[in-house]
Amino acid sequence: MHESAFQILINALLANNLVLAMFLGLCPFLGVSGRLETAFPMGVATTFVMLVASLCAYGLNILLTAFDLEFLRLISYIVIIASAVQLVEMVLKKYSPGLFRALGIYLPLITTNCAVLGVALFQTSRDYDFVQSVTFAIGGGAGFTLALVLMASVRERLQLSNVPDVAQGTALSLMLAGILSLAFMGFAGLGG
Amino acid sequence: MSTAAPRTWDEFMEGIWRQNPVFVMALGMCPMLAVTVSAVNALSMGVATAFVLICSCGLVSLMRKMVPKEVRIATYIVIIATFVTVVDYVIQAVSLALYDALGAFIQLIVVNCIILGRAEAHASKNPPWPAMVNAAGMSVGFAIGLLALGVVREILGAGTLFGVSLFGADFQPWVIMLLPPGGFFVLGGWLLLFSWIERRKQRRVASEVAQHA
Repeated sequence: MHESAFQILINALLANNLVLAMFLGLCPFLGVSGRLETAFPMGVATTFVMLVASLCAYGLNILLTAFDLEFLRLISYIVIIASAVQLVEMVLKKYSPGLFRALGIYLPLITTNCAVLGVALFQTSRDYDFVQSVTFAIGGGAGFTLALVLMASVRERLQLSNVPDVAQGTALSLMLAGILSLAFMGFAGLGG
Repeated sequence: MSTAAPRTWDEFMEGIWRQNPVFVMALGMCPMLAVTVSAVNALSMGVATAFVLICSCGLVSLMRKMVPKEVRIATYIVIIATFVTVVDYVIQAVSLALYDALGAFIQLIVVNCIILGRAEAHASKNPPWPAMVNAAGMSVGFAIGLLALGVVREILGAGTLFGVSLFGADFQPWVIMLLPPGGFFVLGGWLLLFSWIERRKQRRVASEVAQHA
């Protein structure tokens, strides 16, 4: 079935949200969602890496298929993503050192963000053409940012409320993620 | 050699209990939640991850003196990606049904934080044998976590365990447990249980100390 670019965008953004429906990129989702000021830039940085990785992966896949080297796909994708992250890191360090420090260890960890590799792998396995790949990457990145920002806003509020000691930390975040994920299930079928 | 055995055993148990990657360190969440809709999937994912983890930790540890510090992460990633490619093709050859069920998550083992974390924190500083033992312990710990999630979700969501029906025909499956929110809730529940046990232990230790004082 040929999906239109708009369907792919809506699907990746809401109905099949990378974080809340496909469980990709949970580490940064749980790690950096403590504060809104870091959550949003993190989402944007990840989206950018996703876009670059998706573009490169598209070109590379044509090359690999042409030379019959599909078994190298995984290794070369990972190398591409690592280089893209390095690029983002250098740009941020130069233009926004404060943000660079705030993101800390989570910036290089974008390399091991499964959402980024997931986008590259899914677009390959679903045989997306160029436009579809780019929309998928943008939609996926926007969806990741949306989930991150939502989660950060809820958690900022939660700091003011009285939570039992036992539930503090990851357990509480997971329960929250579950509720958010329930809400996102309401979008199922929206992308057609 | 009499002291070597218990040390190795400690090394092994470390990953299963005290530093359990799932319940204590909260690593490797993504494959964890995505593939645990049934106990069989969970177990196969555990085995695949174990293979990659043990092999790459062994190799990383063998190469630890050759790799310059600046490019170590890149080297580790390439090593891990190589073993994942192997696992990917093996599973595809052995069972196509399983390959379809696990989908992209076999390839996504590459970005499982547990593996890179172990390579960086342990294997790069230790000789091959302890590194592999530690990796084996970690993978057993991870597999236990996967199974704990997979079993609960399969029993509640489908009323079966390893495909065998448990409650008979008139059981109403709790489908939400198989859907994404269920994964979050079950894992959250397990973490709650673990932190409760941990807290009780701390309180007991504290009260014992108070009695002795």
